[in-house]
Amino acid sequence: MRPSPLLLGIGMVAAPATAGTVTVTIPRLNVAEYHKPYVAVWLEPAAGGPARTVALWYDVKKGGNEPGTKWLADLRSWWRKGGRSMAMPANGVSGATRAPGQYRIPLPADLKPGQYVLNVEAARETGGRELVSIPVTVPNGTAQKSGTSELGTVALSAR
Amino acid sequence: MKRFLLVATALLSIPAAVSAHRGWLLPSGTIFSGTDSWVTVDAAVSNDLFFFDHQPMRLDAMKVWQPDGTPGQLQNGATGRYRSVFDVKLDKPGTWKIGSENNAVMGSFKVNGEEKRIGRRGPPRPDMPPPLTVADIPANATDVKVTEIVNRNEIFVTAGAPTTTVFKPTGKGLELSPVTHPDELVAGEPAKFRFLVDGKPAANLKVTVIPGGKRYRDSENAMDLTTDAQGLLTVTWPAAGMYWLNATATDNNTTTPRATERRLGYVTTLEVMAP
Repeated sequence: MRPSPLLLGIGMVAAPATAGTVTVTIPRLNVAEYHKPYVAVWLEPAAGGPARTVALWYDVKKGGNEPGTKWLADLRSWWRKGGRSMAMPANGVSGATRAPGQYRIPLPADLKPGQYVLNVEAARETGGRELVSIPVTVPNGTAQKSGTSELGTVALSAR
Repeated sequence: MKRFLLVATALLSIPAAVSAHRGWLLPSGTIFSGTDSWVTVDAAVSNDLFFFDHQPMRLDAMKVWQPDGTPGQLQNGATGRYRSVFDVKLDKPGTWKIGSENNAVMGSFKVNGEEKRIGRRGPPRPDMPPPLTVADIPANATDVKVTEIVNRNEIFVTAGAPTTTVFKPTGKGLELSPVTHPDELVAGEPAKFRFLVDGKPAANLKVTVIPGGKRYRDSENAMDLTTDAQGLLTVTWPAAGMYWLNATATDNNTTTPRATERRLGYVTTLEVMAP
């Protein structure tokens, strides 16, 4: 949910007008055995503090002896920074894995202004793992960085 | 090579450890997510870490502690030629402890110039008489040497978020009281562990840390470390992987009658993750 420019113009009272968008690119990889990556997107206050998971893409429907949650620890940075204490599925956070392409994820509307580090981590079955971290300022920050293997461009406009 | 001999001597006297060499537990992983997590563990005594080339570790004394500290269940235990293997279903979130504690009394005495041994090396064999105990030392014995042995070999695995209940010290023997959680180790980040002897900080304790995979490199790359005055050990991990940690101490705080020396040992296997 993004506030309309009009609302931004007159200023928000209840929640700071910090809603922005993260754009995550999952590259198309030419490999023998391709599985869509598990991806976690989270924000950490630059000064330290609890991480806030913004999006988590995994095999939410996989059941049986080895449900999709079994492999969440493979997103090892995210797992350590807070994933392990979350209950899955998490409302408004977890979703199915995504095919290669570009995806827009809204930042939480109640994000307080300040310095953050935006992290995007991808881990792929029979593939690699990559973490892209970008320092960002909320609001009004824009930042962009590219992964080299499992992630393409990660862009943020915090507006 | 000198260090190896020392370690070998220390382990020689453990009844469950068969003979010389290093005893270890190797978990399939230490960090688990999801709702149906199992850890499978190899248990062996070998020369190089972590290769099955010598003897299996016996599972008789192997125990499981659930995250709340109560006993858990070991499943699918089997002992092969070179290793034992077993599973633990991590059906409760938190940190589990898996391992064994060996208490033994070893030693020797002389009667009429003939040396006799107390205790036994290796597992019991059907054709052997039961080992002599301290009670079997006759009044006319000379050269009585009795050593008390307390050894621990344990690992820690975590389902979900780490907890610390299983680290509550018993106050007996050599124990690990981690400052850095053993399931939160990252290459390049220093980890701090406190060691306790009978519940008190073990200062100047000798600790050896050896990375696994010796077969694929020339040298053992062992780190010889010492705890500080507060019993604190700091380890900086050069790379991700499985590490074997061994701490040994000798004192004379014995509880067995006639024992003059006590040997303490602590072994754990630690998984260090890539950052």
